Amino acid sequence: MTAVAPLLQQSSTNPQRRTWRDVLAVKELGIFVLLVVLCLFVLYKNPAFGERENVRDVAELVGMYGIFSIGQGIVIITGGIDLSMGSMFALLGVILSIMLGPWKWNWESAVLGTIGLGALLGALHGFLITKVRLQPFIVTLCGLLIYRGLARFIASDATMGFGQVRDINTFHYLFTGNFYGVPKSFVCLVIVAAIMWVVLHRTSFGRYLYAVGRNEDATRYSGINTNGVIAGTYIIAGTLTGIAAMYIAFYVNSVSPSTHGNFYELYAVAAAVLGGCSLRGGEGSIVGIILGTILLRVLSNLVILLGIDSSLDFAVMGGVILIGVIADRLLTSRRSVR
Amino acid sequence: MTTPTLEMSNIGKRYPGVVALDGVSLELHPGEIVALIGENGAGKSTLMKILGGVVQPDNGTIKLDGSIAKIGSVAEAIKHRISFIHQELNVLDNLDVGSNIFLGREPLMGGPLRLVDRAAVRRNAEIYLQRVGLNVPANTNLGKLSIAQQQLVEIAKALSLDARILIMDEPTSSLTLAETDRLLEVAMELRAAGVSIVYISHRLNEVRRIADRVVALRDGKPAGALSHDEITHDAMVRMMVGRDVQQFYPSGEASAVSDGLAVENLRTQRFPKIPLNFKVNCGEILGFSGLIGAGRSEVAQAIFGVDPPVSGNFAWAGKPIKVKNAREAIKQGIYLAPEDRRLSGLIVQMPIRENITLPALDRYKTAGLINRRKEDRVASKLSARLRVKAPGPSTVVSTLSGGNQQKVVLAKWLSLEPRMLIFDEPTRGIDVGAKSEIYDLMRTLANEGVAVMMISSDMEEVLGVSDRIAVMHEGRITGTLEREQFSEEAIMQLAVGGSH
Repeated sequence: MTAVAPLLQQSSTNPQRRTWRDVLAVKELGIFVLLVVLCLFVLYKNPAFGERENVRDVAELVGMYGIFSIGQGIVIITGGIDLSMGSMFALLGVILSIMLGPWKWNWESAVLGTIGLGALLGALHGFLITKVRLQPFIVTLCGLLIYRGLARFIASDATMGFGQVRDINTFHYLFTGNFYGVPKSFVCLVIVAAIMWVVLHRTSFGRYLYAVGRNEDATRYSGINTNGVIAGTYIIAGTLTGIAAMYIAFYVNSVSPSTHGNFYELYAVAAAVLGGCSLRGGEGSIVGIILGTILLRVLSNLVILLGIDSSLDFAVMGGVILIGVIADRLLTSRRSVR
Repeated sequence: MTTPTLEMSNIGKRYPGVVALDGVSLELHPGEIVALIGENGAGKSTLMKILGGVVQPDNGTIKLDGSIAKIGSVAEAIKHRISFIHQELNVLDNLDVGSNIFLGREPLMGGPLRLVDRAAVRRNAEIYLQRVGLNVPANTNLGKLSIAQQQLVEIAKALSLDARILIMDEPTSSLTLAETDRLLEVAMELRAAGVSIVYISHRLNEVRRIADRVVALRDGKPAGALSHDEITHDAMVRMMVGRDVQQFYPSGEASAVSDGLAVENLRTQRFPKIPLNFKVNCGEILGFSGLIGAGRSEVAQAIFGVDPPVSGNFAWAGKPIKVKNAREAIKQGIYLAPEDRRLSGLIVQMPIRENITLPALDRYKTAGLINRRKEDRVASKLSARLRVKAPGPSTVVSTLSGGNQQKVVLAKWLSLEPRMLIFDEPTRGIDVGAKSEIYDLMRTLANEGVAVMMISSDMEEVLGVSDRIAVMHEGRITGTLEREQFSEEAIMQLAVGGSH
């Protein structure tokens, strides 16, 4: 009767089985190999790929995308998703231009204001998901629609520039150009990644993220404030979106509210999934997310360098992600059969 | 004498490690209600699953109308006009009543599109609804009906399948008295119409009212039968229990007992109208017995704060304490090893180490960061103390056997300092060796002054392990037995709602 089922487990006991940490390491190795092979292939086809200027450009984009992809990744590790990031870039960009222009805020206030607003919106998502118990997909989909609409309305649907306002030079200094030859956005990504690596892999909060993503009930039964943990990830995602928003705004150097940041949330999801995050939750790592981001940027670069029709950009990306995920699935099932 | 509608003879069924049925026979005549009784786990459901085509027996024969029949699947059972009404109803509450009755057999209109003939669904459904006395339109959404009404819809469906053998598995377990009366009437009307019914119930009063015969099972074996005139409450209880309690439990009883948890006026979400009062003393093992669904787990979850009660006051050694969620319970040193280890007790995809350290990660830190070596040290020490059979603390929990998984749950709580430990069905699905280790551990904890509460549906276990036994029936504590009053009969009387 009901008593029997768990006894069946015993046959699958295998003392040599890897722990989940080791499996992740293998996962990262897979995408790393894919990345190296792809880079060598592009380099062989078009040596311009390896030139200093090109590497710098790719690194600058990796920096910008990596910052918010990490936010997306930790949300995905808890089993959630944040679809609102692209629209938040438009809304935060528009408001940033207003803070600097008409409101004449100094740079400190504008930076804090942008990051703070991002964190606030993240907190709102977290509240709706944990307290009102709405699904993350729905909450952030509504965010995607609402923030885009607000951005266009506030800007009267016109492109917002930054022009020669007070403190603009500080902004350019902080968010564009190089630091000892390395793009500033990339430097920022390294700092963010280092902090988030420690948070995710060495603090209780990080451990709780994996636990909640695996089994929210059992985590609650261990006395952990699961709502707080989940809401926390959305606040972090919002904060990182706020930071990335400034790099993106000054990279373009203007904000067109109807197109600014379009699809960026999906790039982040793609990077996280390529990097080993499972949309079911409980899996993923910072290194994986960053490798995923680099892979996506290299793919985008490859389309240009290999003279592929640029309208195929998305198709190439989609194709490679699909191949990567299928390969991963095959490897994973072989591993578990063994 | 007429040929029996059904003859199951010498049925046997074993699962790995467990003999579910051994040499069980059951006969059913046209227009007869046979009640099948036994404790939880006695084999009733397995026998009925075999009849309903859900599982296949290892040996034995089934004859229908005198000729050997094979019931290889649910579809074949339906072809033999056998219908099974499960305890958890198999209904789709997003569809209407008619669609539920004719699911998969919808009358179709002619023409190339083969659309469902909704008028015919409705017309036909209402014929059967009338036969079970349910006066609702066939297009009512099933979700709007009460459980009792949904049950009648299931019976209507069985009638629409022209069933001549109807299996009813605890049909009244969630019905009110009036609803129960109505259901019993319907059953008796069906009997008058020549349908044979196998009626599984723990409620002996009902059984006495409607059964023509009673068949009892115990530990998967036949435990006797009663003809209509012999059916009495006591005779049924005697058949269901009455076996030797093996010398398998740690001897020794509560030594130094002191005040532990006092529960006052606890009303759970499931039974909000019934206040409960009881005490779990430090140094003793308080067993909680009763039938499945009596509300025991709800009590445990309320104390542990995962299912906040409607009302209730807790006090520890006379001082009031508040437990609003699991975090606060854990702060008070009150821990729960839940009924469903794999869903609530453990994160099975994670290693042993991380499951053990999860509730108090702060203890394993160096300079604010988790120190894996400290974790490993504690996890290894506790795994060794509890004799968890695993290669090491990095072993993923899902690869362990049930007994070892339960030990990991316990290791998690022993890594803190328990004042009270609640075990909910601690040995379900666990092999004999690990069982006795867990009993020893409970006694050791009690001797160390921990208040131990153990919910168990295993009668032998409750009697063998507990110092006192509280018995619940439908949300109420119907009695508390002291050691000298312990007997299976006494527990059964209280568990079926009789007074002690």
